[in-house]
Amino acid sequence: MATKVVMEALSPTMEEGRVVEWKKNEGDPIATGDVLAEVETDKAVMELVARAGGTLLKRVVPEGTTVPVSQLVAVIGDKGEDISALVGGGAGNGGPAAQTTKPVADTTAQRTSMPPAPPAAAATESTAPAPRPAPPPGVSPAPSRPGASPTAAAAPGDGDRVKASPLARKIAAERGLDLHGVAGSGPAGRIIQRDLEGVAARPAPGPAARAPQVPAVQPVPAGEPFRDVPLTQIRKTIARRLSQSIGPIPTFYLTTEIDMERVAEARDALNARGEGRISFNDITIKATALALRQHPACNAWWQDDHIRYWAEVHISMAVAIEDGLITPVIRHADQKSLRQISAEAKDLAGRARERRLKPEEYTGGTFSISNLGMLDIDEFTAVINPPEAGILAVGRLAEKAVVEDGTVAVRRRMRITMSCDHRVIDGATGAEFLKTLKAMLENPLALVW
Amino acid sequence: MPTLTYRDALNQALREEMTRDDRVFLMGEEVGVYQGAYKVSRGLLEEFGPMRVVDTPITELGFAGVGVGAAMVGLRPIVEFMTWNFALLAVDQLVNSAAKMRYMSGGQVGVPAVFRGPGGAALQLAAQHSQAFESWYAHIPGLKVVMPATPADAKGLLKSAIRDDDPVIFIEGEMLYNVKGEVPEGEHLIPIGRADVKREGGDVTLICHSKTVTVALKAAEQLAGDGVHAEVVDLRTIRPLDTETVLASVGKTHRCVVVEEGWSFAGVGAQVVDVIQRDAFDELDAPVIRVTGADVPMPYNKQLEKAAKADPAKVIAAVNRVLYRG
Repeated sequence: MATKVVMEALSPTMEEGRVVEWKKNEGDPIATGDVLAEVETDKAVMELVARAGGTLLKRVVPEGTTVPVSQLVAVIGDKGEDISALVGGGAGNGGPAAQTTKPVADTTAQRTSMPPAPPAAAATESTAPAPRPAPPPGVSPAPSRPGASPTAAAAPGDGDRVKASPLARKIAAERGLDLHGVAGSGPAGRIIQRDLEGVAARPAPGPAARAPQVPAVQPVPAGEPFRDVPLTQIRKTIARRLSQSIGPIPTFYLTTEIDMERVAEARDALNARGEGRISFNDITIKATALALRQHPACNAWWQDDHIRYWAEVHISMAVAIEDGLITPVIRHADQKSLRQISAEAKDLAGRARERRLKPEEYTGGTFSISNLGMLDIDEFTAVINPPEAGILAVGRLAEKAVVEDGTVAVRRRMRITMSCDHRVIDGATGAEFLKTLKAMLENPLALVW
Repeated sequence: MPTLTYRDALNQALREEMTRDDRVFLMGEEVGVYQGAYKVSRGLLEEFGPMRVVDTPITELGFAGVGVGAAMVGLRPIVEFMTWNFALLAVDQLVNSAAKMRYMSGGQVGVPAVFRGPGGAALQLAAQHSQAFESWYAHIPGLKVVMPATPADAKGLLKSAIRDDDPVIFIEGEMLYNVKGEVPEGEHLIPIGRADVKREGGDVTLICHSKTVTVALKAAEQLAGDGVHAEVVDLRTIRPLDTETVLASVGKTHRCVVVEEGWSFAGVGAQVVDVIQRDAFDELDAPVIRVTGADVPMPYNKQLEKAAKADPAKVIAAVNRVLYRG
């Protein structure tokens, strides 16, 4: 029984791939997992591996050919097997994508077999005061019920009473969580189990939580890596109005100038140890990650109907490559030492330029940094990398004359500009984050505090 | 293991118990010469003779009373009702005599009788012949209520019911008699009062009994295709209720839907929900929802009858609600 080898989606956004090089010849024995070919995707050169064993009977496309995902590229089977039917009619069809809709079809069939308005009003009963018709499967009863939408959380007039399922209360008690301020996604804003995923025992993002507190730089607490917060009405209005004004991502820019004297001294001292060189970029990554820990409101993803606040900090680092740009991610940058960050940044940038990054190495960032300082750019604005809500554009380190204590002094200064998605980050929110970042860089001992 | 119909599994249990204990006898309408309205007693008259397989007149109150009396003086009667709808006439004997005798005699006289027959709706038998009465009998202290859903459970539970020293209400299903399944040979006993997890899952518990076990399993199958893993708990015995199994499952899944064939008001599911809300309160992430028969006399019209019954689509809709799925 011959097996078709199709072009696989090797990255989340891949729609087509180019066969760079075949690693096996027709007639070669193949074991499951063998690398059949190198394929260039939109992001990187990746390996196409065999999903079945046998003999490579046919290479359907020559090297250098670009084919869409799920198109036939080769056939594996038993030696001497007749595959003319497969190779003749199979191209472009029969890929895995062809058969993904079955569950949906089942649901539809079942829905249409239901009487249009079942007189089964009493057939399902709940604790609700009035019986209501059983909704047909797949049809949510929520829209017809006032107050049942997730955004009805914390409805006015409820005072201090928190609506939560018994299980949610039990979990909160066990983990020491305060349910006040947790947005419930159940009917009438009821807090249910899933709303507590990601709410570890830490303050919710908000003005009160943004005060620079000692716990802010403790390791990420156990639990989920992020917390989804449904949009409040004001965030919805901000999102709608500002998108109308300026485009799909209503961006604004905040610039500040940082005195880098002490960072430069610290860096020189570290590098003088002769254990590898730390760059200003490495230090900026570390400081940004730590500042984000204190300002979770800036470490977030816009998700259309909610905002995902991340407890983990993963910094996307813009790297110029031939003909383009890619953003490898330094994961948990807030928890890594400068040396680790430096080594990782070098490795990622190097492999990015060789186009050898794996998809998981350039996706999943929570905040981006773009640095053009080494190209002598004083300052610039960077374009937000969605769904992230912020990106920092870092300019060059330059000696400047500054007025200090009434006299003019020469100081090394650096200008940074943060682009903010206004649907997530407000002006003051972004400014406070930059203030923390600036304070850290001007007093680099804060990096090890 | 041989595959038998539910009907033949019951027949096997009757034959084995009548062979094992000559105090056991069967009585009811058409159980002898006609071999049972649903052929559950096929071959028994020929094998055990007319003293132990007794055809009665159409007198439910009368022969139920004879059964109670026979049990009081040491026999082990099995009283077949052609359906539990007809047994309404015998309720006085079941409630006032069978259920009360041990209590009112100060423990001196028990009633080791089994009252059995099909309950609930079949197809288009209309309002008077399509009723699920298990909650009536489960309401009465002194009665045990057993409702097997599979052939193996039917055999194992009927044998246990016949050996029980107290009256057992044993409710079968007309639509179940042809269901096939593997049935252990010989001494296969299932204790009364023990529920059975018919399918394991971690996302939601479906509690059901008798015919709704099939409904719940079908719903669970469809939900699995959608990534939802339902645990199906078959109560098997309504009273005494196996609260331990129910609570263990709800403690695992945190969400529960209770399915039954009968009417909602004061139904079996209401009792189950009572136990859950009291003893598993802190485990619940959503209110328990019940799927029941519609609160109307069963319509004769085929489409209306279908709409009035609990079915997999209604169970799935309820599951979506307890899971807060759109």
